[in-house]
Amino acid sequence: MNNMEALTSTPANGHGISTLAQVRRVIICAGTGCMANGAMKVFEQFKSEIASAGLRVILELRAEATSDEIRLSKSGCQGFCQMGPLVSVVPDGILYTKVRKEDVAEIVQQTLAGGHVVERLLYKDPATRKSCQGIEDNPFYARQSRFVLHECGFLDPEDIREFMLHGGYQAARKAFVEMAPEEICKTILDSGLRGRGGGGFPTGRKWEAARIQNSAKKYVICNGDEGDPGAFMNRSVMEGNPHSVIEGLMIAARAIGANETLVYVRAEYPLAVERMRGAVAAAEREGILGKNVFGTGLSMKCEVMEGAGAFVCGEETAMIASIEGQRGMPRPKPPFPAQSGLWGKPTIINNVETLAHVCRILNEGPEVFKQIGTKESPGTKTFALTGHVSNTGLVEVPFGTTLREIVYNIGGGVTDDAGKIWKTGFKAVQIGGPSGGCLTEEHLDLPLAYESLRAVGAMVGSGGLVAMNQGTCMVSIARFFMEFTQRESCGKCVLCREGTRQLLALLDDVIEGRADQNTLDLLDKLGRAVQIGSLCGLGKTAPNPVLSTMRYFRKEYEEHVFEKRCRTGRCKALLSPEINQVKCKGCGLCIKACPTGAITGEKKQPHHINPELCIKCGACATACKIHAVEGI
Amino acid sequence: MASMPIAVDRAEKFEKVVSILDRFSRRPSGLIPILQAIQHEYQYLPEEVLTYVATSLDVPPARVYGVATFYAHFALEPKGKHVIRICDGTACHVKQSLPVLHALREKLGTTEKSQTTADMLFTIETVACLGACGLAPVVVIDEQVYGQITPERAVALVDEIKATEAGLATASATEQPSAEVVNE
Repeated sequence: MNNMEALTSTPANGHGISTLAQVRRVIICAGTGCMANGAMKVFEQFKSEIASAGLRVILELRAEATSDEIRLSKSGCQGFCQMGPLVSVVPDGILYTKVRKEDVAEIVQQTLAGGHVVERLLYKDPATRKSCQGIEDNPFYARQSRFVLHECGFLDPEDIREFMLHGGYQAARKAFVEMAPEEICKTILDSGLRGRGGGGFPTGRKWEAARIQNSAKKYVICNGDEGDPGAFMNRSVMEGNPHSVIEGLMIAARAIGANETLVYVRAEYPLAVERMRGAVAAAEREGILGKNVFGTGLSMKCEVMEGAGAFVCGEETAMIASIEGQRGMPRPKPPFPAQSGLWGKPTIINNVETLAHVCRILNEGPEVFKQIGTKESPGTKTFALTGHVSNTGLVEVPFGTTLREIVYNIGGGVTDDAGKIWKTGFKAVQIGGPSGGCLTEEHLDLPLAYESLRAVGAMVGSGGLVAMNQGTCMVSIARFFMEFTQRESCGKCVLCREGTRQLLALLDDVIEGRADQNTLDLLDKLGRAVQIGSLCGLGKTAPNPVLSTMRYFRKEYEEHVFEKRCRTGRCKALLSPEINQVKCKGCGLCIKACPTGAITGEKKQPHHINPELCIKCGACATACKIHAVEGI
Repeated sequence: MASMPIAVDRAEKFEKVVSILDRFSRRPSGLIPILQAIQHEYQYLPEEVLTYVATSLDVPPARVYGVATFYAHFALEPKGKHVIRICDGTACHVKQSLPVLHALREKLGTTEKSQTTADMLFTIETVACLGACGLAPVVVIDEQVYGQITPERAVALVDEIKATEAGLATASATEQPSAEVVNE
């Protein structure tokens, strides 16, 4: 309920806050996930049901709100996408999950009019089978430390006044009116804030490097080109709290002496583009962006640019090339962008999540920020927890949190393919996407931070955390990432361009049963060569998934290579389906199911599979009622 | 003099492109947003438009072509009426997005190389990540997101669209003869 307190304690600005605090509010999550599950239909239904129940509904934050009115609003992504659409009722503190259009009438009657909880729409903890009324008793939320994400599920992203009522743009005002640029840089440096985009470079140092440049023109770019397949925390912040990004950009610009900023958003995120553009327009209307920022006479511009679909553009120099209208290819550093970046001017590029932390550091001071997290990696980090876990979604935790806490306590444990809890099913977690590595059972108690992860051959990266169960083939996973980086390699460095292609071919050899000892040696040698011989982060980290899986799942590689066997049955070419001659009753079901006519046999006699004709589709195994088809 | 009608013709033909170019003040630095706006208009980037853009911005056609082929979002060939995008990001991949892709390709007879059906009704693409990982596996058909999809449901969705299209086709087929009757 921190926000409600904030609402009443924030300076009034003549918005009639005290009455607003008593207004009951229904918040419908309007993030990409919930929208896909029909959140807008739920929203419309609420509008009409509340009106027909004789309650007064208001859609906008208004000064003259009275306590018998209900405020209906949308919020950004609340992170619990799998259970969407999410509907919260405040100040009652109720969180309804998987709400359908048909459930709305009941919520209006029971909760809004009657003050009762609709039990069946509450989230049930799969481990304890207990219903959780709100976010306080929901293990998915209760065990997180949501700072960056907290506002995302509460504020109406399309309402700048709401953001301002919650203390928004106060940090920017402070930066412009009360602080000198070097003071801002020092505060950020003292806080120990490190880039959340992957590298973990100290943000304050980056800013200071740009600040000391003697140039009339400087730029700040917000990197919202979240290309890591499996991470979506930046999308969530841009959709849910776009003003926090603009505020962070303004502070960064003030710190280095820039008056032009740009948000580079990935084109796959249409809603984020729309919300960011809307937020910039609103900030211009309110006079926060424009010619005379906070009466200082300084000007500030913010532009939103949509990417065009290239993973490599997440790299700083490639992004600059893309903004300049070129092919997004990286160039050697130095000179660093802080010295010579966009149009040859000093430029800093910060990740969305990094910028979202900046306002808090300025408001609360670097000491408060440092209290959370580890000494080397202070603060919180948002991870996108996906894959084979019970609760998938965005998880913001302090650095130093263990994998066990995230996977088992917040994530609710590992699941099988059908989504049922699988107690002994944990196999690995892939962290940091295509540049990262695998963490195994032995790393479950490793505190997650920049250094600790690097030491075990992985990296924080953008924070994608994909949990994988025992049914996942690690060679196939390595191949999946290699295929991705190979496709996304810009082609500038020979070792990255050709090396990733060869690595992919070698992995195909392993998966399709053509590999020998030489293949394994080559994978290792070539992987290390690509790391050394590439210019940018993409190439330098591209072999990580292969090297890391070879390090921790050597046995599985060896089974593929020497025994021509995949223990999970995922590698089709290594399968050799056979009919168990003792079990088979000769019913003929498999003969009917086989699309290539590979199965023969007399009635009531054991059948046979002709390996020449078999395409290993598994239709026979599915058809057989007594599980007599083995090896597939 | 003979070149006059051609010039007029070109100007008319590229009217929309011209207005887009003007919107971005014909700055070569705006090449990517310009191409995005053109693609929004035409659904793809026709080759003659690319050369026209190059001439207008006073940059070599190779540069425009280079940019257009570098970014995954630019299509140099027309797409089908309905675009099906299957997410093959990590989360969707481990939750079995490939069987969905294979089922759809088999249903519509497309391949990795030729992604559009012969009747220009469907295009099947894969994308790296749509950021809706909580709903994995995800399929997007004409901007509508479908989460936790199965091969069966995906095929059923295509069948629905096909049925609607067939309905449209018969509707227009019945309209046409009546128009001929009027002509007679």
